[in-house]
Order: sequence, then structure tokens, then C-alpha cells
Amino acid sequence: MTELAKKRPEFRNINAFKDLTTYRLPVAGWVSILHRASGVIMFLLLPFVLWMFDTSVSSEISFGRFKAAFNAGLGFVPGWFVKLVALALIWAYLHHLIAGLRHLWMDLSHDAVNKQFGKTSAIFTLVVSIGLTLILGAKLFGLY
Amino acid sequence: MSVNYGSKRTVVGAHYGIRDWLAQRVTATLMALFTLVLLVQVLFTSGPIGYDRWAGIFAAQWMKVLTFAVIVALAWHVWVGARDIWMDYIKPVGLRLALQVFTIVWLVGCAGWGFQVLWRL
Repeated sequence: MTELAKKRPEFRNINAFKDLTTYRLPVAGWVSILHRASGVIMFLLLPFVLWMFDTSVSSEISFGRFKAAFNAGLGFVPGWFVKLVALALIWAYLHHLIAGLRHLWMDLSHDAVNKQFGKTSAIFTLVVSIGLTLILGAKLFGLY
Repeated sequence: MSVNYGSKRTVVGAHYGIRDWLAQRVTATLMALFTLVLLVQVLFTSGPIGYDRWAGIFAAQWMKVLTFAVIVALAWHVWVGARDIWMDYIKPVGLRLALQVFTIVWLVGCAGWGFQVLWRL
């Protein structure tokens, strides 16, 4: 039997808790899975986005309710939690946008499709999205 | 891989073509441009942004038209993305169909809410 024809180990029925945690993803892999995760977050939070759009533009009174939600809270949900959800949205949007632009760039330019660009652009995506999230988050929570 | 075309096409599968792939990129570009347009308007507003200035941005007719198109683009974009996720992780056809139907109802409902807000602006 030649080296090539040797039976390689097969992995089936991957356990999400036991096996996935042992995976060591390259940076581009992290950007990829986070692109998907951020999409899911925004998909599920669509009603909250629409609620913010609705209350912020509909009238002076609803605008007041919109602002109050972030300070006094919304129903039984405290204000800090509303801010935290908004921050999750901010991160998800930034990551999805930048990772998406990276995708478009790779679709358009064949020069961008190589291992080195994949790595550097992935690092760029993570640094910019997380950095901007921290800056905007600090503003949202009134640190400056 | 077993045959999954012709009469064996997966009913809840992809559409075996470039259309969705392209639609996802075209809608993404439109939303990225919308982000830029909105950002520019917010940044170039002088003074603090209260209700009048914020609602004023969306009240302009061209902005309403653009926002309407972006809501459609968003729903379409998310449909392609969400279906990709169901196709990757959900193998039983019945459950996948149920989740796809849920996705459509969710997205159409949310888009309707968006139009409703635009309509009365």
C-alpha cells in the first residue's frame, strides 16, 4: 500500500462540547465563524433594531422613550442591559461589515486570495472591529 | 456525494446557481453604501442630534426611497445567509423546511414593520 492510499482517520459525529473546544482555528477561521455568529445575532435582534428605528423617528414623545430605555430601562429590563444589547449589535455590525468588505475585496481581486493576505486582513478585521467596539462602547456607557 | 440534481434535487437546498451568491454581494454593497450615507449625514450635522435632526435625516424623500430599498436588500441578504446556516447544520428535511418558513415569516414581518415606520414619517 502506498503512502497516499493509506486509510486516513475519519471523524464523524463531532461532539460540539468535547471536540469543537479542541479545535485551534487560524485567525481567518475566527473571522469566518464570527461573521456567521454576528449575522445570527443581528437576525435575532432585528425586532430590537426596528423598535429603535420606530421610537427614534416616529415622534418627539417616542424619541423620549427611546432615550429613556438606555437610562431608566425598558419595562423590567434595566438600562445597562439595553446598553449591553446595543453594544452587542454595534460589535456584530462592525464585524459583519468589515469581514464582508474583506470578502468583497477577495471576490474582486485575485491578488488578495492568498494565505498571507488572508491572515493580515483577518487580523485587520479583528483589530478594527474590536477597537471601534471598545471606543463606541466607552461612549455608550458614558466613560467619556 | 450522492446524486442531488435532476429529479433528486433537494427541495430545501440551494438554487444551484450564482443568483443567490450574487444577490448577497449586491445587497451587501447597497447596505454598506447606505451605512456610509447615513454616517456622513450624522457626522456633518452641526450641533447635538435631537429628535428633529435625526428624524429629518429620514424624512427627505430620497432617503425614504433609499431606506425602503435597503430594507428589501436586508431581508433578501439575511434570507440567503440564514438559509446557508440551515443548510449547513440542519439535516432533517422537515425541520429545515420549518426553519426556512420561520425565517421568511420573521423577515417579511420585520420588513413590514420597517415600511410602516417609513410610511408615517
